[in-house]
Order: sequence, then structure tokens, then C-alpha cells
Amino acid sequence: MIEYAIYFAFGCFSLGLLMNLWQIVFASGVGDRVLALDTMVINMIALLVLFGLMAGTEMFFEAAMIIAMLGFVSTVAYARFMLRGNIIE
Amino acid sequence: MSILFDIAITAFLIISGVFGLVGSYGLIKLPDPMSRLHAPTKATTLGVGGVLIASMLHAIAVEGQVSLHELLITLFLLITAPITANFIAKAHLHRHVERDQLPDAAPDDCWAVHDIEPFQAGAEPSTETTK
Repeated sequence: MIEYAIYFAFGCFSLGLLMNLWQIVFASGVGDRVLALDTMVINMIALLVLFGLMAGTEMFFEAAMIIAMLGFVSTVAYARFMLRGNIIE
Repeated sequence: MSILFDIAITAFLIISGVFGLVGSYGLIKLPDPMSRLHAPTKATTLGVGGVLIASMLHAIAVEGQVSLHELLITLFLLITAPITANFIAKAHLHRHVERDQLPDAAPDDCWAVHDIEPFQAGAEPSTETTK
């Protein structure tokens, strides 16, 4: 039962990643693209945790943690660049 | 006992999958940028939270030990998601909304996103605040 639920969640988050890619390519502005990239990072974290759940190993939590931190920093850097035209003044 | 854990893990996984899908679909479907901000920041955080809770329950049920890595990731995401949303909303206000379209910002003169000077490379940073 858990196995099929994991497959279902895999399908949902993968479809979500494809939708984010669509939004990145066809969005109307820069802010939407940054938002889609942020959502992509969050979906990727969910996929990594699901993969660790399926493989039965705890090795992927560190990867998920690092991706979460890098995603936050990159989104803040993008937003800062949109706001000020520079990242570190 | 084991069947209860199985049902709980399955329910959390399905809920999180649906939430993640809805968040990403709302990002495409919603009409204007401010409401597009709403969909992923709430729904996807709930989605990832569901996956992490399912993973914690799985660690308790299968390996018989409490795993606390997931709480770290959940805590980090719960802290950073509003900050990210606030930054993107601020950038959107700064780029696309004119000064007179915003409501009155009493007691200040204007909103903070319009109270900044454009950055110029090599210019001296001004020490006095513009009021």
C-alpha cells in the first residue's frame, strides 16, 4: 500500500516540476520566473525525500537540506537583484 | 499497530502529492502575479511537510527509531517560505505597481519599495535618509 502511495506522490511532484518548467519558459515576467524556480526547488526537495523513502536510506536528507538552503539563498539573491539591480552593495 | 502506521503513511503521502500538484497547477492557472504568489508558497510547503511527516512515520514504523532530520528540513522550509514570498512580492510592487495605485501609507510619505534610490556603480552610499 505504501509503495503505490509513493508512486502516486512521485507522479504528482513530477507533474508539478513539468508545470514549473512550463511556467519558467512561458511566464509573462521576471518575478513569475523566479517564483516558478523557487517552487521547482521545493518540488525537488519533496522528490529527494520520496526517493530516500523508497530506497530506505537516510543519505538523501543531507542533500535535501543543502538544496533547501541553496534554493532559499538563490531566490533571495534573485529578488534582491530585481529590487536593487545589485546583490551585495 | 502496523496497519495503522501503513494507513497514516499512505494518507500523508497522498495528501502531500495532491497539495504539491495543486500548488504547481495554481502557479500556471491563477490570473495575476500576487495571487500566483499565493499558490506555491502555501500549498507546496504543506506538500513537502506531508512527505516529511510520512518519512518520519516510516522511520518509526520500519526501523523502530525516531528520526529528526525531517524536522530540520520542515523547520527550515517553514521559516524561509514567508521570507521568499515577501521578497518576491516586494520586487513585484517595485517593478509593476505605480506609486499612486497603492493605498495610503500613513504616517509615512510612501511605501518602502518606492523609498529607495536606484543603485549606481561607483557612487558613494548616501548616509542621510531621505524622508
